[in-house]
Amino acid sequence: MIIASPLAAYLLVAALLFAIGLAGALTRRNAILVLIGIELMLNAANLNFIAFWRYGPHPEALTGMMFAIFSIAVAAAEAAVGLGLVIQIYRHARTTDLDQMNRMKG
Amino acid sequence: MSPVSYLIAALTVAGGLAAVLLKNTVHCALAVSIAFAGLALLFLGLDAQFAGFAQILVYVGAVAILIVFAILLTRGSDVPQGGVFSKSWFVGLVIAAGVFAVLGWAVLASIQALPSTTAAPAVTVQDIGNALLGRYVLPLEIVALLLTAATIGAVIVALHEKERTR
Repeated sequence: MIIASPLAAYLLVAALLFAIGLAGALTRRNAILVLIGIELMLNAANLNFIAFWRYGPHPEALTGMMFAIFSIAVAAAEAAVGLGLVIQIYRHARTTDLDQMNRMKG
Repeated sequence: MSPVSYLIAALTVAGGLAAVLLKNTVHCALAVSIAFAGLALLFLGLDAQFAGFAQILVYVGAVAILIVFAILLTRGSDVPQGGVFSKSWFVGLVIAAGVFAVLGWAVLASIQALPSTTAAPAVTVQDIGNALLGRYVLPLEIVALLLTAATIGAVIVALHEKERTR
């Protein structure tokens, strides 16, 4: 299927990636795979920003591009802290299985 | 969208699907780095060279390595008893399908109203640098602070406990 508007095609790809990431974050048991799903969702949002920047009326204003760059930086910080937390939880509970992490008290 | 872009998009989506569906966690990390690289190629195809190379540096270079480190440090590559999907996988799948249906419907319903500029924007890295140190200098400083704090925080969180209390 060829979609006439290139922007719509990119938006559909981003929507599909977002849904895949959401499905991964909601269905996997391993905490690292949940983080991977969240990263996929963030990347899909970045693709939306870049596509709207490219096909929007004022690309020289750089708004979407800046938003994507800052989003990449924040996602990197999120990944570092999230994976550090997963490692610490593994040391404490000896598992990364989210179905077994059902206690607030350590 | 050119045929090459369609191929790259298909590769990206396939990488994402494999990352979500594969059993072995190390294979998932490999698949997700393919998806990240495909997204970087899509950015390059959208004339966003800076964002594309930043994507390669940050995601393919750093985040994928971080994920592999976390998998190896947690022995996450063992397939757990009872499968890799959680007990409530069906609910999650339904929610994800619903979200995709709503997003796809919104895009297809507004396809006439979407802007469709075809001329490539003439934006150089110099323009991005001027914007970053001009109009966006305050967000840039905040992001720098956030990255520093997040790095220190990640190190502190992942430090070895001195004595194990259990």
